Amino acid sequence: MSEELHRIRLSVNGVTREAEVPARRLLSDALRHDLGLTGTHVGCEHGVCGACTVLVDGRPVRACLMFAVSAVDTEITTVEGLTREDGSLGPVQQAFAECHGLQCGFCTPGFLTTVTACLRENPDPSHEEAREMVAGNLCRCTGYQNIVKAVERAAEIARAEETPSEARPEEVSR
Amino acid sequence: MKPAPFAYHRPTTLAEALETLAGESYAKVLAGGQSLVPLLSMRIAAPQALVDINALPGLDTIEVSEAGVRVGALVRHADLLADPDVRRVQPLVPAALAHVAHPTIRNRGTTVGSIVHADAAAEMPVVLSLLGGSVEAASSTGTRTIPADELFLGPLESALRPDEIATSAFFPALPAGAGVAFEEISRRQGDYALAGVAVVVHGDSVRAGFVSVSDVPTVVDLTGVPDDGLGEAALAHLDPADDIHATADYRAQLVRTLVRRVVTKAREAAA
Repeated sequence: MSEELHRIRLSVNGVTREAEVPARRLLSDALRHDLGLTGTHVGCEHGVCGACTVLVDGRPVRACLMFAVSAVDTEITTVEGLTREDGSLGPVQQAFAECHGLQCGFCTPGFLTTVTACLRENPDPSHEEAREMVAGNLCRCTGYQNIVKAVERAAEIARAEETPSEARPEEVSR
Repeated sequence: MKPAPFAYHRPTTLAEALETLAGESYAKVLAGGQSLVPLLSMRIAAPQALVDINALPGLDTIEVSEAGVRVGALVRHADLLADPDVRRVQPLVPAALAHVAHPTIRNRGTTVGSIVHADAAAEMPVVLSLLGGSVEAASSTGTRTIPADELFLGPLESALRPDEIATSAFFPALPAGAGVAFEEISRRQGDYALAGVAVVVHGDSVRAGFVSVSDVPTVVDLTGVPDDGLGEAALAHLDPADDIHATADYRAQLVRTLVRRVVTKAREAAA
């Protein structure tokens, strides 16, 4: 018995992509296997670790707790969509690199997507708020101290870019 | 792919969804999926079909009146938590929602879905019970209102029939002069509570709902109980269990500590 396949359209990082998937294909697997976007990492596969976090309509969501067939009609942003148009690192990525907010890097895509969305909602987090932003993501390497520093640094970078005198013109729109 | 194969339906009207559900022998309704998808991935559940209600119109609304808050089946925890009118009319709802998993889970998970999942370790089922709320259920043969005290039949078992969809939940407003409070203890913020307590104080009446210390969402009337007897009075109705996170004794001790603390907070809120 062959399993029924569903032809779906997913809007990922501003590009409409087509795939043919069984209903049980998790969004995390569809991104990686069907669309080749292997930046989204798969850790626990039951919503605990946060490595697979992507943005769905701008909000962080566990890609392993959604089916790809259920993600039609949404705008998905993966870690690949966080770079600037010229391919250079976005503010959160830049801050993680500067602050050594990663070691092995496995959990990093989930942190980057989560922090990107949280800083849009709260561009000037306190130290406590910065810690809370990453409370739903597990990291086995860093001990989190540098990740929290990276959140605060990312907020600084993003705020500096919001100030026209310090931002390069091509970055203001991002 | 971890879940077992299932047929997938994505109806665009409630009537179509109910008809599809009635025609399946073992189907589950998919809303936020934050409890259902892990159960499928671990193959604890393997329904033959899923009826995805995410494309149904009109179920994502929050209606606030002086009588209370009606929450549609597709309202995400995060949106309910952020609503200032909900906070004004029934502050226990956001107080408890802030403890429901992590923000990322709250972005997708639905409050109605969490209620009908009927987990005694979850916050919102017992909050609905404590407030005397209800769930609106629709099937292809009609609709009915299920009061919270008839909703929870057993561990993870609600009174919802297999052919029914919970379309909304209703949380009654806080009466004038009443006070509420919620607190829970967990290993890390966002984890399941080791124990949690919600309290409503109104005049002499003191009622408390408990999280993670019983098989089914449990509300205990503590009216007239002296403060130093609150813990034992509550524990007479509860059944804390051992697991890898805490012993039954420790959970009982958390109940004793929390119930006094939360009753005091609710009294302060009422004053």
